[in-house]
Amino acid sequence: MNSLLDSLRGIGARVIDSIWRMGVATRFFLMTLLQSGQSFRRFHLVIREIYSAGVLSLIIILVSGLFVGMVLGLQGYETLQTYGSEEALGVLVSLSLVRELGPVVAALLFASRAGSAITAEIGLMKATEQLAAMEMMAVDPVARVVAPRFWGAVISMPILAALFSAMGILGGYLVGVVLIGVDEGAFWSQMQAAVDFREDILNGVLKSVVFGVAVTAIALFEGYDAPPTAEGVSRATTRTVVTSSLAILGLDFILTAFMFRGV
Amino acid sequence: MSDNLIEIHDLSFAYGKRLVLKGIDLTARRGQVIAIMGISGGGKTTLLRLIGGSLKPTSGVLKVDGVDMSGLDRDALYQLRRRMGMLFQFGALFTDMSVFDNVAFPLREHTDLPEEMVRDLVLMKLNAVGLRGAHDLMPSELSGGMARRVALARAIALEPSLILYDEPFAGLDPISLGVTGNLIRRLTDTLGVTSIVVTHDIQESLRMVDYVYFVSEGVIAAQGTPDELRASTEPFVHQFVHGEENGPVPFHYPAPPYADELELAA
Amino acid sequence: MQRATLDLWVGIFVVAGIAAILFLALRVGNMGSFDSASTYTVKAEFDNIGGLKARAPIKSAGVVVGRVAEIGFDSAMYEATVTMKLDTRYKFPKDSSASIMTSGLLGEQYVALEAGGEEKMLSEGDTLKITQGAVVLENLIGQFLYNKSEEAPKAAEPK
Repeated sequence: MNSLLDSLRGIGARVIDSIWRMGVATRFFLMTLLQSGQSFRRFHLVIREIYSAGVLSLIIILVSGLFVGMVLGLQGYETLQTYGSEEALGVLVSLSLVRELGPVVAALLFASRAGSAITAEIGLMKATEQLAAMEMMAVDPVARVVAPRFWGAVISMPILAALFSAMGILGGYLVGVVLIGVDEGAFWSQMQAAVDFREDILNGVLKSVVFGVAVTAIALFEGYDAPPTAEGVSRATTRTVVTSSLAILGLDFILTAFMFRGV
Repeated sequence: MSDNLIEIHDLSFAYGKRLVLKGIDLTARRGQVIAIMGISGGGKTTLLRLIGGSLKPTSGVLKVDGVDMSGLDRDALYQLRRRMGMLFQFGALFTDMSVFDNVAFPLREHTDLPEEMVRDLVLMKLNAVGLRGAHDLMPSELSGGMARRVALARAIALEPSLILYDEPFAGLDPISLGVTGNLIRRLTDTLGVTSIVVTHDIQESLRMVDYVYFVSEGVIAAQGTPDELRASTEPFVHQFVHGEENGPVPFHYPAPPYADELELAA
Repeated sequence: MQRATLDLWVGIFVVAGIAAILFLALRVGNMGSFDSASTYTVKAEFDNIGGLKARAPIKSAGVVVGRVAEIGFDSAMYEATVTMKLDTRYKFPKDSSASIMTSGLLGEQYVALEAGGEEKMLSEGDTLKITQGAVVLENLIGQFLYNKSEEAPKAAEPK
């Protein structure tokens, strides 16, 4: 009886605790936005973060994009062949990439490459008292450390997603047209007929911006909120990857329902 | 201008319901090196955080350079902090910047000085701690003692009137320890600043400080100049100064009688 | 010094990103080919539109001349109202006819425009009079079976 009560109490405490954390995270996010002025006045701070979040994620994004596109080309060809409509391969590859796989997979990779790095970096800065030292020097760590990272990552995300999609389409082209021999003209023209700039491409870019904001906000908060110990930082890093992956997939469902329902 | 840079009267502080400091009185004159000593977990670091403004006092008066710390808003606090330097336990250097950029950091954040002048100032500060030649190194390439000296150069970059030291001697070899101690004394004298040193290294402190406060269980247990303390017969001070195992601070954590616990009574 | 190479990398990164978006917009998407051109709107009513969707192409002699903007239902006539945007470069006579066709056996459906003979040209807001709805495969099969079953007794009747 007592153990049941205890476990109920435990669940209740955890629920309250997570709502509490949610509130703290929201306040932290708003603070980051409010303290963003300096990031734009001293844009080289943001450039540095675009480098560490974006440029350093380039390789994994480009290679993964190429392979995902090649797999799509192979699998799509196998399926379409049974209906005798191999020419629609371009449509299949480009629509799946531009609408879904580009933004989603790029964001998942970004969460595990750049998101975890952000959490670890900020967590370590906290654990080694670098953030406290900054505050003692009358420099606000949210303005100086957090906000530039936020904007650097948010700017990088759509660029990475677009590169992922473009690479994927090239991969699909390589497999479908160059390797298997689908008609090149049909591949591109059917693609162009089916992919709409505003409906598909811009919505894909919009998705990746939303994912970028979500991943970065989670990564920054987890780092800033991490217990200042080696164990705390490593746990926070894991939590960043798990939470932001879930957030990406959940948000993707919501955004897709809004964007493509009518079509 | 008052002669006292720091004035603390009847200061109390509680984390939640747990009282950490109960009625502290402390003053520090300009140009003095003050040591705050005591056993670990006795509230020394909390006191330092209060002076630095990271924590707000629960009750009592805390004035730094004539400014009452309890009523400060963020901007005023940041304004005051430009006149403070703080040396953290392990230096807390920014690991993604070189030694030079670390020392230049406060200058670049708070002033619009041209880059050549920043360079001259940084080299000057680094020279004061004897590390002008190391300005190209990254913090990961420094030894513990060197990192702390770089952090000290960074703390004095804006020529503060108060420097706070959090355990500056922890984990240093005897040579670095002596070097750091002498440096604190010399900088205090040449720059005319006030230094507050939180430490439990009694021998080094008694060698170089002007005045010592012992904090134990949230109150000032003893105070005095180094000579007074060496001669003190008060049990707590005596135990601390001579590093004895038993005294007012017991070796054993409170526990039921040993025999009972081993069930030898039966 | 170090900052310059970093800037260079970020520059390359941003340029590559812009190139990727341009590639997606121009090579993959239909930007530039049609959306930017000015259009005029024409309506047509069909008894059945089959699987026609918004943004489906409108072709004349196989050339894309416009796109379906909107599909509605006329509750007075119980017919589908298809709003089409045609490129202003292409003019069609007022008595042109529209029919819904399928590209390939299972492909996408599109609207085919057949030019008429009148001298007046279609303009903004006009409605096409002659339309031919989609051929529904099930109806076609049903009709075929019906015809067969009508033929069968005749063939079976002994002379």
